[in-house]
Amino acid sequence: MTMRVPRRTLFAFIGPAVFALLLVGVVPLGFAVWRSFYYFNLTKLSESRFVGLDNYAFVLTDPVFWQAMGRTATLFAVAVPVQIFLGLTIALVLHRPGLGFFKVLARLSLVLPMATTYAVVGLLAQVMLNQKYGVINQMLGWIGIDPINFIGDPTNAFIGVIIWDIWQWTPFVALILLAGLSTVPPEIEEAAQLETKSNWVVLRHVQLPYLIPSLVAVLILRTADTLKLFDMPFTMTRGGPGSATEFIAILIERVGNRQFDIGMASAQSIIMLAITIALARLYIRFFYREV
Amino acid sequence: MAAPVQSKNLWAEGVLLVLICTFCIFPFYWMVTTSLKTQVIALQSPPLWWFTPTLANYWEVLFEDKVGFALINSMIVASCTTALAVGLGCPAAYALARFEFRGKKDLWFWFITNRFVSPVVLAFPVFLISRDLGLRDTHMALILMYLTFTLPIVIWICTDQFRSIPKELDEAALLEGASQWVIFRRICLPLAMPGVAVSAILSFIFSWNELLFAYILAPKNAKTAPAMAVTFMEGYSVPFGKIMATSTLIVIPVLIFALLASKHLVRGLTMGAVK
Repeated sequence: MTMRVPRRTLFAFIGPAVFALLLVGVVPLGFAVWRSFYYFNLTKLSESRFVGLDNYAFVLTDPVFWQAMGRTATLFAVAVPVQIFLGLTIALVLHRPGLGFFKVLARLSLVLPMATTYAVVGLLAQVMLNQKYGVINQMLGWIGIDPINFIGDPTNAFIGVIIWDIWQWTPFVALILLAGLSTVPPEIEEAAQLETKSNWVVLRHVQLPYLIPSLVAVLILRTADTLKLFDMPFTMTRGGPGSATEFIAILIERVGNRQFDIGMASAQSIIMLAITIALARLYIRFFYREV
Repeated sequence: MAAPVQSKNLWAEGVLLVLICTFCIFPFYWMVTTSLKTQVIALQSPPLWWFTPTLANYWEVLFEDKVGFALINSMIVASCTTALAVGLGCPAAYALARFEFRGKKDLWFWFITNRFVSPVVLAFPVFLISRDLGLRDTHMALILMYLTFTLPIVIWICTDQFRSIPKELDEAALLEGASQWVIFRRICLPLAMPGVAVSAILSFIFSWNELLFAYILAPKNAKTAPAMAVTFMEGYSVPFGKIMATSTLIVIPVLIFALLASKHLVRGLTMGAVK
C-alpha cells in the first residue's frame, strides 16, 4: 500500500543518495573501464596509449591472474565448508534450550571476531603464529608437535590464512544459521523431537529445509567477501612468501599500487568484478526475492 | 533414568560453550597481554604467560609513533562518513519504504549490489581522480569513498525500519495537510530511531575497520589507524608489544560498538539477508 507522490518530492527524498552513490560508486567504475583500454603506468606516463582490448587479452591468458583466482577459490573451498560445519554445530548448541546465561555469553563472544578490524586479525596472526615467539607453536609443543614456520613457508602461510579466516567468519556463519534455525516453527520441531530421538533425523528432515535460505546467504556473502579479501592476508604475509598467499585482491593491489600499472590493474579488477557479479546474480536469483 | 542422560548432555553442552567462548576470546586475551609486555619479554621463547605488565608500549605508540594522530583521523573519517550516510540514507530509505515509483526494484537491486563490489576495483580510479582534484590524502576522499558501503547499509536497515511503522500514522497526518517532509521528520524519523542508531553503529564499525582505501588514498596526512598499523611491519625487527598495543587501541572501540549492536551486526553484514 505504498503511495504515488509528485516527482519533485520523490527526487528530494531519494535524489541525494542516488547522486552520492553514482559519484563514488559508478563514476570511478566508468573511469576504471576507460583506463583498462589504455597502457597506463604511473612511472611511464609518456608511454601511455590506447591499446584496445590488449589488457584484457593479457589478463585472461595470464597464469599469474588465474593462479591468484585459483588460490582464492581454494581458500573458499577449504574454509567455507569448515565454517559451515563448525557454524552449524555452534548454532545447534545455541538453539537448544537451557543454560541461558552461558548461551548469552557465548553469543556475545561470537560477535567479537567478525567485528575485529581485519587488518588487526592479520597482525594478531603474525604475532600468534610466529615460529619462535608465537603462542600457537607453544601450544602445539604441549601436544608434542615441533614448531611450525607458519609465515615463512608457502604451504603453511596459506594454511595460516585459512585458520584465521575460519576464526573470523565461523561466528558469522553460526549466527546466520542460528537465525535460520529460529525460523523453524516450534510446534513442528517439538513434534519431530517427540517422534524420534535422533537429532540427526530432526536436523535432516525438519530443520534443514528452513536452513536453505541461510545457507544460500552464507554462500553468497562468503563468495563476495573471499573475492574481496585483502586486509588480513596483506597484513599477515603481504601475499608472500613468494606469491603463496597472493589472493586476487592482493594481486590487483600489487599491480596497481606497487607496479603502478593502473591500466592492467583496471582490466584485472573489471574481470574480477564481472566474475563477482556473475556469481552473485546466480545466487541472488535464487535468494533475494523479496521487495 | 532420563535425568543422568540429560545432565550428561548438559555437561557436554557446557564444555562446548566454554570452548566456543575461548576460541573467540583467546586471541584478544593474547593481544592485550602482549601489548603489556616489553620487547624483551615479548621475545621470550617459549612465550611467557606471567610477567610484570607495563603500559610503556601505549605511551610510545600514542605519542612517539603517531598512532594517536591516526586514531583521530580514523575517528574523523568514520564519524563524518556515518553522519553523511545517515543524512543521505534516511530520506532515501523513507522513499523506498513509502513511495511507489517506477524502477524501484532496480534501484533497490543497485543499492544491494554495492555490497559485492570489491574496493580494489574503485581504489585506483579514485586514486587518480582524487589526485587531479587535489583530494588525495584528505579526510574528504575517504569520507566520500566510505559511502560506497555505509550508504547501502543505512538504506537497507532504515527501509526495513520505516516499513515496520504503521501507515495509519502518516495517513492521518496527510489528511491534516502535512507535507511528506513533515511526516518524515516529525512522525516517522523519531519512530525509526532504533534502526537509525543501529545503521549508524554499523557504518561506524565498517568505516573504522577499512584498510584498502585508506592505504591507497591516504598515505600521510589523513592516515587512518589500520593503515598506520600496517607500517609497523615494514621495519627490520617486529616490535610485538607496540603492534599489539596499536591493535588493542584500534579494536577496543569497534568491540564496544559491536557488543552494543550485537543483535544487529549479522543483519548489517548480510545486508538484511538475515533478520
